[in-house]
Order: sequence, then structure tokens, then C-alpha cells
Amino acid sequence: MRDVAIIGVKNTKFGELWERSLRDIVVEAGIGAIEDADVSGKEINALYVGNMSGGRFIDQEHIGALIADYSGLSKNLHVPATRVEAACASGGLALRQAIMAVASGYSDIVVAAGAEKMTDVGSEEASSALAAAADREWEGMAGATFPGLYAMIARLHMHRYGTTSEQLAEVAVKNHRNGRLNPIAQYKNLITVDQVLNSIMVADPLHIFDCSPITDGASALVLAPADVAHKYTDTPIYIRATAQASDTIALHDRRDITTLDAATVAAKRAYSMAKVGPEDIDLAEVHDCFTIAEICAIEDLGFAEKGKGGIVTANGETAIGGRIPVNTSGGLKACGHPVGATGIKQAVEIVTQLRGEAGKRQVEGAEYGMTHNIGGSGATAVVHIFSRER
Amino acid sequence: MSSVPRFWRNLGSRYNLEGTRCNECGESYYPPRNVCVNCRRVGQIKPYKFKGTGEIISYTLIHTAAEGFEGQAPYTLAIIQLDEGPRLTSQVVGTPEKIHIGMRVRSVFRKLGEDGERGMIYYGTKFVPENA
Repeated sequence: MRDVAIIGVKNTKFGELWERSLRDIVVEAGIGAIEDADVSGKEINALYVGNMSGGRFIDQEHIGALIADYSGLSKNLHVPATRVEAACASGGLALRQAIMAVASGYSDIVVAAGAEKMTDVGSEEASSALAAAADREWEGMAGATFPGLYAMIARLHMHRYGTTSEQLAEVAVKNHRNGRLNPIAQYKNLITVDQVLNSIMVADPLHIFDCSPITDGASALVLAPADVAHKYTDTPIYIRATAQASDTIALHDRRDITTLDAATVAAKRAYSMAKVGPEDIDLAEVHDCFTIAEICAIEDLGFAEKGKGGIVTANGETAIGGRIPVNTSGGLKACGHPVGATGIKQAVEIVTQLRGEAGKRQVEGAEYGMTHNIGGSGATAVVHIFSRER
Repeated sequence: MSSVPRFWRNLGSRYNLEGTRCNECGESYYPPRNVCVNCRRVGQIKPYKFKGTGEIISYTLIHTAAEGFEGQAPYTLAIIQLDEGPRLTSQVVGTPEKIHIGMRVRSVFRKLGEDGERGMIYYGTKFVPENA
């Protein structure tokens, strides 16, 4: 297998982009990444795009073909384009497919993109589409919602480990603080623990400020074999590990509902592939679809002892300047969560940080970064490790 | 929901807690599975009816309802471990303040939800405190 590098990145603005369509935003991200890498369309061998639910959100399937077409890669160049779906982990999985295409030698220059246009439907319809990431027949038909599933994770975590609502709120407060420093973030307002605790209850113990928002956005990366990466950029960022794991679709069937086994297994595989451990990672973008999800994530990835995620967060260890900065982009909570784009956006943030181009939210001297992208309540996990040096 | 066949084909399981059991390893499944996760191809899967008693593993009070459940909010949703082993997701009927982790519950037949005013009404299993 060949080593793989990222040579170009781009995020669109994240938010409620009423005036722009899916094809508009994904073309902006794709062209932006291609310009950043300074590759020509003729060099592109393949395109992978993460998209969770074009069918439900914009009544459009065949997203790979649509995006290749409007990126100018179809009519004359006939570049193969593949849509990848794993609910909210679609983006991470698209990146993984792209890495495997380059590593195997099958392709050289590959674009990995992710996009979701969620505000063309109302919030109830969007919630229903998102609920399809759970087991529709045996969770959804019982009245489960996504906040409801994560609320049950939170309830047991609190019961077993003494995690508090205030500690959950600290995740949202920190991520809004980071989002304020990210030009593309959906939310740039600072919030307080009290504001989180006094916001309306969605599924007890989760308030609306414990939940990530509905977002439009697109992100893209350009990958190349590491051996030729310097031809395109002075600052290639190297993929050190790509790992993926599955677990039961329904939360109730998991070995333990406060641990995402798919995430712990994917992380273990990634650490082993990269030959590093949690102590070597300088920053991580994790899947904070709900505040409790970030608490579980930092435990599952080995940044906090099991059950201590809340304390570690409240102590400021995951803040910028802390022991292990988490979600410098603002995370899903403040940067926004266009579901299919999220896994790619996480990688864009890590690349930006490892290049030293993250401005006010820069983690000084960052050498290793990690992304953690989850589908559903934990049935799919994708973990990547990146480094500044090859 | 809005799919009659999708609901109807599982009525036995939804009304009567009928699941499956692997006679090879003894593991029982609700919701029913046709492939044993321990034995896979060598498993011996047979129908199995659960007693309907168990305990609450975790729960939440849902304020923002799922589609089709709007009229019921707030409602309690729980992960329940049946005494025979498997876990399932179901609503728990009763005073929300009294519900707690470890609480003993038993299954009852109840209305689950509906597709609007003129649509199908869905019935199935919910749980109540065991002594209720």
C-alpha cells in the first residue's frame, strides 16, 4: 500500500444557506479544494462524496453523478463519482474510500467531498430524516428520536459515573467558544452553562443547547500519493491511519450503552496502524452531535478515563490551550452539522491546524491530529489519524 | 411511519412479544433475528415468546416527539432488559417522576401512535411498573 497525503482542502460557510442549493455548495467546496491543491480537472481520477439523505432532504438521489456533473468533471472528463452513505458518518467514510483508492494504487488524485442541504425541508421533516439513522422498525416505531437515544446514554452515564448536566453543558460552552474563532461556523455567539441548563428540554436530560443544529454545508479534500504530494503543495498533511468499525444498529442491543464499542475498536485499529497512542495526539475533532457524545468520545478515544469525560471537560483539559484540545472548529455543536459533510469538515479542520493556518484557534506545534465520525447512535465509527511529518 | 405492511408483518412480535431463540447457544432475541450473532450459520433459530417482565436500563422523558407521537408528548422512552436477556426500546406508561433505572416493569398492550386523524392507528407493547 502507498502512503497518502492531503494536498488541498476547503469548507463552505456552514449555516442556514437559504439562497444556495446542494450543487452550489458542493461545487464551491470541491473547486476550492482543487484550487488549494492546484490540480487540474484532467488529473482527477475519482470523486467520493458523503451524503446521508439527499432523498429525504432535497428529494434528489444519484448525488455522485450530480456533483461530478456540476463540478465540470462529467461531460468531457467522465470522472467516476461514488456517493457514500453511513448516516452522519457518510463524510468520514467517503474520505476512507478515497484513501483506499489512492493507497491501493488504483487512483492517484482523488477528491473526497461531503455535503448536506438540510434546510429545504422543515425541522420536523429533517428530524424524521435523521431518525432514519436509527432502527426505524424497533426504535423509531416505539417513539424514539435521536435526542431521545442520546438522552438514554446520558442518563445511564450520569447514574453510573456521576456525570452532571453542568458538565454536559461545559461541552457546548467550549464548542461555542471555539466556533467564535472559526470564520465558517454556524454559531459564533458565546453561551453560558446557565443558558444551556435553562434552554428548553428536548429529551431529558438533554436541552436544546445540548444538541447540534440543522445545517447546510459542504467540505472537500484532495488526496494524492505521498510520494508526489510535494509537487502540489509545500505543506502536505499525511494520513497515518484510517479505521472503521460497526456495531448494532439499535442502541438497546449494544454491550454497554455508555461506550460506543465501534469507536473504541476503530480507535484501537487506528492507533495500531499509526503506531501512536492517545498521548501522542495533539488535537481531535470528535462527533459531538450531542454534548454527551463528546464526553463518550473522549473516553472511547483514550483521552479520558472511562466515566471521567465530564470532569476532564469541566477542568478545561479539552479547551484550546488544554491538554488535548477537542473540536477546535466548534464541533458539530457550534460549527454546525450538515450530516454528510461533517466527516470531511473534521479532516479539513485537522489539516488546517497541522498546516499552522488555523489563526486564533491554532493549537501551537500540533504534529498529530485525529478525527472521530459516528453514524447513528454508534453503529458506524470512522477514525482517522493525520500528521504534519511523513 | 405511514406504512401498513411494514407494521402488519411484525404484528406477532409487536402485540405478543414474540421473538426468537437460538437452540444452539441459548441466546434469545427480541426484536427477532433470523441469524444468531454468536453462532451465525450454525445457529438453530426458533420462535420464542417472552414473558414480558424485565427492568429499566435507562430512560428519557421525550418532550420533542417523534413523527406520529406528537399527541403523546411528553412521553417516557426506555431501554428495557427482559428477564430472558434481550433488550428493547419501548415507552413506559406511568408517572414520569417515579420511573428510575433498575425499576421492574411488565409489558402491556397499548396504542402506540397514529398517522394523522384519518390514518392507521398502531397498537403494540408498552411497559408499566410491575406492581401496577
